[in-house]
Parts: sequence; C-alpha cells; structure tokens
Amino acid sequence: MTRHHKSIETRHYEERASFFGDLERLSNMSRRGFLEIAGLSAGIAAAKGLVTPVGFQLIDMAQAAESNRPGFSFAYISDAHLYKKELNDRFVRSILKAVDDVNALDPQPDFVLFGGDLAQLGQKEELDLGAQILKSVKAPVKMMVGEHDWFLDMGEHWRGLFGAPQYSFDHKGVHFVTLMSVNEKDFWTAHGMTPAQRMQTVAGLDNGTQSRFEVGPEGREWLKNDLAKLDKATPVVVFSHSPLYKYYKNWNFWTDDADEVQAILSRFDTLTVIHGHTHQMLTNRIGNIHFHGLLSTAWPWPYAPTGLPSLTVQMNRADPFNAFDGCGDGQVSVLMSGMVDKLYNLWNRDPVTIKASYLSSYGFKDRPPAAKLASY
Amino acid sequence: MSAPAWSLVLIAATLSCSSLAFGADDAPRHVLPASPDGDLVVGLCDGETSVVAKGIKPGDAMTPEQGQRIADALMGEWRRKHPEAAWDKMIQVAEADAVGQAKNAGKDAGPAAVAPFQAQTYGAFDARDEAIWKASTQQLIDEGDRIFHDAKALGGTVAISCDMCHPNASNTHPETYPKYQVQIGRVALLRDMINWCIENPVRGKPFADDDPRLKALEAYIISQRKGVALDYGKH
Ligand code: HEC
Repeated sequence: MTRHHKSIETRHYEERASFFGDLERLSNMSRRGFLEIAGLSAGIAAAKGLVTPVGFQLIDMAQAAESNRPGFSFAYISDAHLYKKELNDRFVRSILKAVDDVNALDPQPDFVLFGGDLAQLGQKEELDLGAQILKSVKAPVKMMVGEHDWFLDMGEHWRGLFGAPQYSFDHKGVHFVTLMSVNEKDFWTAHGMTPAQRMQTVAGLDNGTQSRFEVGPEGREWLKNDLAKLDKATPVVVFSHSPLYKYYKNWNFWTDDADEVQAILSRFDTLTVIHGHTHQMLTNRIGNIHFHGLLSTAWPWPYAPTGLPSLTVQMNRADPFNAFDGCGDGQVSVLMSGMVDKLYNLWNRDPVTIKASYLSSYGFKDRPPAAKLASY
Repeated sequence: MSAPAWSLVLIAATLSCSSLAFGADDAPRHVLPASPDGDLVVGLCDGETSVVAKGIKPGDAMTPEQGQRIADALMGEWRRKHPEAAWDKMIQVAEADAVGQAKNAGKDAGPAAVAPFQAQTYGAFDARDEAIWKASTQQLIDEGDRIFHDAKALGGTVAISCDMCHPNASNTHPETYPKYQVQIGRVALLRDMINWCIENPVRGKPFADDDPRLKALEAYIISQRKGVALDYGKH
C-alpha cells in the first residue's frame, strides 16, 4: 500500500471537513450583515407583495443561525475491550483503526474522549496495551473508566495509569464533567468470589448475579459541589460510562441512581450526557438533558427487548460476516449554543449524525434516516 | 405451587444417574439380579422390579400365555410396592362412562357426564412425569446456557463467547431458520449459523452434527425465543 492511498474513512472526512469549512465561511458573515441581507430580501419580498415582513422571525432566524454554528469538536473512541494481544488480535486491530480515524481528522479535534472499557478483564497487560495504543493519538486524550477496567483490582491499575476516574474541566466556555458511574454494591463477598470471578461476573451482561451500576452517594456529592459554582446558562457536557438513565436493567444498560443524578443536572439550560457501554446508536432526552451513546470498536450490541428511548433511531443490525460492521468511533460537534451534533462514524456504512435540532424539536426536525434492518 | 417432596427426591435421583440428559450412552441401565437356577429374569420399566420366570431359560421360545403370566407377575409386584398408585384410573373412568352411556341409551336423559380428558395408557402422565421431563429439558438448556457463555467450552481460541454479542441469545433469531444466508451461499439451518459464529468471532472448530454441545446450544437458543412465531426465511 502506498503512503498516498486514502482509505474510505479518510476521504469521507476530507469531504466532510471541506463541507464544514464552507459552512464556517458562510456563517462567518457578521450577524449584522446577515440581518441586513435578510431585512433587505424581506423588504424586496414585501415590495413584491409576496410575504408580510415579520421582523422578529428574521431576528429569530439570525440567532438560530448563530447558535447552530459549530464552536469546536471533539472525537471519541470507546469500548475497546482489549485482551492481551497474544490472545486476541481482532480487538487490537479495531482500536488501531479508530486511532487512525481520529488521527486523520483535519482539522484535528480539540481532544479525544476514550469512553471506558479499555480492557476486557481489567488485567494489567490489557490496560497497559490500551494505554500504549492511545499514546499514538495526536490530540489530547480524556479518559473515562468502564466496569471492565475496574472490577479486577477495583481500579488500582487504571488509576495508576490515568489518574482519578472522576474529574471536570472547562473548555471554550463549556464545563465538562467525567463521572465514575459504574460502581456496584458488594455482591462478591456473599458469593465468596475471587477478584477474577468478580471481574468475570461484571463482564457479562445477562447474569443476575451482579449489582446495578450507580454513581453512588459520594459521587453525587462530588458532582453537586463541582456544579455548585456554575450559572444555569453554562453549557455542561457530562461523560459517564453507563447511560445516566434507566434503559434495560437485566443487562445493566442502567444507572440505579439515575433519577438522583438527573435531579442534580436538571437545573442547567443546556446539558448533554455522552455515555459508553451500550455499543449502539442510542438517543434520549429527559427534560433539558440530551443523551447520546457511543459506538464500540469491538462489537455492536443488540437493542434491548424493552425500554428503548422513543427518540432513538436504531442503527441497522450488524453483519455477522464482517468483523467491523456495527462498530466505529465518531465525533461530537459542540455548537455555539452549547448543544451538540453527535456523529456516529459507523465503519463500512454511511455515518449518521444526530443533530441538536432533532433532540431540541423532540424528533420533529432533522430526523436521521431510519434503520432498514431494525431489531426484532 | 411447589411439587410434593417425594417428587423432588425422585427428580434428583433421576438426574444424578446421568450427567447429561441427552447422552444416550449415559442412560441408566436396569441391572437384573441373576436367578440361582439360571432361569430367565425379566425387569420392569421402573428400573427396579424384576421377576424370575420359573422353568424358562434365557433364549427359550415362549407362548403368549407365558408372556402374559410374566407381565402379570411384574405388574402384581409393582402394585404391591405401590398400593397407593392409580395406574389406570383414567381408563377406569372412561370405561365406567362408556357403560353409563350404553345404559342410558334410548332414555332421553340428555348427554352423560363426559370425562375431562380422553384416556389411554399413552399420555397417562402425571405431575411427577411432567416435573421430570421439565427438569431434564431445563438441564439441557442450562448446559447450552453454560457453553454459550464460556469461550473455553466453545473451543474458542480468542476468549470470545457468544453472550458477549448476544446477551440472552438476543439477535440469534432461531425462528427464522431455514433461510438463505448470502454469505454462506446456501440455505442454512440454525446450526449452520451457530457453527459459523463458532468458527469466526469465537475462532473455534465447528461442532459435528451429533455433538452434544451443538444440541445444547440449539436448546438454549430456542428456549430464549419461547412464544415467538415460527417464520422461516425471514431476514
Ligand atoms: C463478535 C460478536 C459476535 C459473537 C461473539 C457471536 N456472534 Fe452471532 N452474530 C453476531 C452478529 C452481529 C449477528 C447478526 C445479528 C443480526 O442479524 O441481527 C450474528 C448472528 C448470529 C446468528 C444468526 C441470527 C439471525 O438473525 O439469523 C446466530 C444463530 C448466531 N449469531 C449465533 C451465535 C453463537 C451460537 C455464538 C457463539 C458461538 C455467536 N453467535 C457469537 C455477532 C456475534
């Protein structure tokens, strides 16, 4: 392969970047300029007797145009589920593909979120391998922990590599919070489990043995304090591994204290939760809180039999004959309004964007294309 | 509703005889005591009772009458051991009813009381039988459940098990087989897709058609779709 060969993804992103570049140039026109042109054209239309000029509509449009402008973007890679590389090369190749994807983005994202479950069974070798691979990401990486990283040694090795699992930072006017949402109440002592057995149990979805995920009282207290100083108009983006709502309990597509966490978040005008764990296109809105799932690089998960949020547009069922199908990575474009357009970069498929306007209109505007192969 | 204690004891005893309910070779055998005179010994289906056919040697030709006598002796022995057993209660009800109908024939007495079920020896199953069958079916399903969740039991080489992508066997759609699988290039049965997934994501060797592990996997996968209408050919 020559160095100049461009993959489908690279070409897609180049086209996409130039498209957004054009948009950017268009919207760089000043707001007053826009008003003048808009007013002028309205005047012309009125003079021709075509429409009644209604000034405030034009101003509304102008504001909308301004706030829907992309502010900045970050990319994501999630749920890599690495085993030792001698044991399983498939998942290694997948995360490398994702790293290539984000490194090929031009312009580069401001940072890359890793959405948790770097390891499959929380082993040192698995986490070290993941850490080494993520070092080749060009943009700064923000780490989130998943249950697969945690339950062998209760996060000891992960914290040694990446630091505290719960932290916040501010970026270009947006407050970002990374939550540790995959705590579980002790189920292992009663079963006399070894750490490896505990990890193996948490690693399975469909066993009733483990407890449900939770942020927990301490985490919620930390979150409250972290947000206390913020004005309700500050745009906030929360990263959590588990969805911060109740989707399907049997598979732990679930956060047990989601209601309490939502109560803390609900006072903000513009709040987005980005979560991993569910390995599928997943969209939800509860009050002002917008939720987006992340794709896994390792494997897609079927939609749960019940509890799927009604705003979710399902992704097509995956092709079992193609190891990459239904997997991928993606980007989050944070708009000037603080809302986000969420891009699912599905490998071997057309990418799908869930626009902020889709969620803010409760699904009336900008509905993404429906799945041809819905789950059944 | 819980089964009576005696039925539980029996189920446990039955299951402990065979480690896997489906392995024909593992089925329990009725070991017959030898007769001191070298006479023929015949065992009853309960696996415990037997009688000696006095004066008849193994291999002797027997008349139907001799055969009937042996059968009667076996049943007599079984009845003695189980005085409370209602072996042919249903048949008796049915017979009594038929007699009643014959008596009433001609009198305009309206329809005679009808027995709740048709009765015959085949199908004269009681709750204990059904509990045993249910338990052994469940045992096969549970074995499939275990294999489905265990990369080693699947013969996998990359630590991947089925449940990683199919929790509760979701998205396996057993009710849609047989169907054409484009990628395999032919009409596939459920087992063909199971084997395909064993070879590919799991990276193991496909199971032979009579492999007990394949049977168990099928049992588990089908059990998870109970109640879903059969719809062969669906994609
Ligand atoms: C890495 C993920 C993965 C693993 C592991 C996996 N499968 Fe699959 N399998 C899939 C996907 C994806 C499909 C396509 C599902 C669909 O059509 O919605 C599929 C399809 C199937 C189908 C056919 C479903 C249909 O709709 O016809 C069966 C049966 C099946 N798998 C059984 C198994 C069994 C048994 C195992 C373990 C030996 C297994 N799979 C392991 C991903 C996986």
